[in-house]
Amino acid sequence: MKNFHVSTTINGDDAEFICTPDETLLDVLRNRLGLTGAKEGCGTGDCGACSVTLNGRLVCSCLVLGAEAEGAEIETIEGMADGDDLHPLQRVFIDKAALQCGVCTPGILVAARSLLEKNPEPTDEEIRYWLAGNLCRCTGYDKIIKAVQIAAAEMRSV
Amino acid sequence: MRYVKAENLETAAALLNGEPGISRILAGGTDVLVQLRSEAVEPDLIVDMKYLDGMRDITPEDGGFRVGAAVSGAELGEHKEVCALWPGVVEGFELIGSTQVQSRATMAGNLCNGSPAADSVPGMIAANATARIFGPEGFRNCPVADIPVSPGKTSLAKGEFITSILLPARPARASDAYLRFIPRTEMDIAVSSAAVSLELDGDGTCTAARVVIGAVAPTVLLVQDAGAALEGTKLDDAAIAKMVQAVEAACSPIDDKRGTVEFRTKTAGVLAKRAALIAYERAGGKK
Repeated sequence: MKNFHVSTTINGDDAEFICTPDETLLDVLRNRLGLTGAKEGCGTGDCGACSVTLNGRLVCSCLVLGAEAEGAEIETIEGMADGDDLHPLQRVFIDKAALQCGVCTPGILVAARSLLEKNPEPTDEEIRYWLAGNLCRCTGYDKIIKAVQIAAAEMRSV
Repeated sequence: MRYVKAENLETAAALLNGEPGISRILAGGTDVLVQLRSEAVEPDLIVDMKYLDGMRDITPEDGGFRVGAAVSGAELGEHKEVCALWPGVVEGFELIGSTQVQSRATMAGNLCNGSPAADSVPGMIAANATARIFGPEGFRNCPVADIPVSPGKTSLAKGEFITSILLPARPARASDAYLRFIPRTEMDIAVSSAAVSLELDGDGTCTAARVVIGAVAPTVLLVQDAGAALEGTKLDDAAIAKMVQAVEAACSPIDDKRGTVEFRTKTAGVLAKRAALIAYERAGGKK
């Protein structure tokens, strides 16, 4: 298989990588770039654990080919905190124990941030629908919804 | 496997036409990548179409809208004019998958995946939408209704691919709606579905109706008799009953873990009735 040389932007920094044509963006992030925040849950776009944004849109990185990232802007969970300062969503998720095993958490945080950028004051129902593609088998979702609401309120007040 | 970013329509068609093995067209990838990952299909060639001119554009055309084949659900849903003109088409498309899937999924891909349960297809057929296809012989236009032929199969010839879908103009008092049955609230495959598109005259009498059902036959199905039952009426109970009867008569579903023949047939009729009443109200009809 012919390898691709891909130039892209990840969390605001220029990034380059080599990948095979059938390699997904998730594989590239985890195995070639060492960005292991995005998780592989199902590998078929059902669970959302691999969520990242691609040119501002929330996507499952397991359903994007690495070669498609050429010239794109990618944001991953690794870019969410500002140095040691956690993003309000990250902080509130810890404070309110909105996670247990943590496998779904990076995807949920990236997805929740994407929601709040579009809709800073969502209803519980809007949060539940937006996060329907992010499966969590531990929490029962209640604490996740509450944490997103608390973080949203905090972000609105800044 | 080769991955090629198509540089223009001609080379894309030539590549697809010349590939002796299995080829796949990539736009949003929400079906192709799943097939690839699950090893259900091992393509020899993937041609990525979404960077071609016009593929990601929504363009007004003769009172309707031409939707590029790589326009995502999120992009169509944010287009206020399309949502106002064809709300049923948009709501069907937006029911597909999660937020993540909506960022990438396309109507043309949903159509070409060939599923009888495809959520965006009944709305497009009810809208009498036309696909523009490019292939080795150049451009041709084809009604969306004529594209699916059986589960997973389309009428597209080797080397052909959809470049855009035209949602046509419609009169002022006209609207549409799409409903599906799933056993939960989100992220599931339709057990049965129905789309209805209506045109009304000044006093609320239906002058044209298209009723389309999904997941109850080998392809999404336009039920001519069901539409005819509504025409010339104000969707009174008798007309609705006749329409439901026509829908049920057209159903030839499979029995599977998601629904029995009886359940699918019954719910297709109920959904067609509810979708017709929603479309009627959206079109300005008063009951």
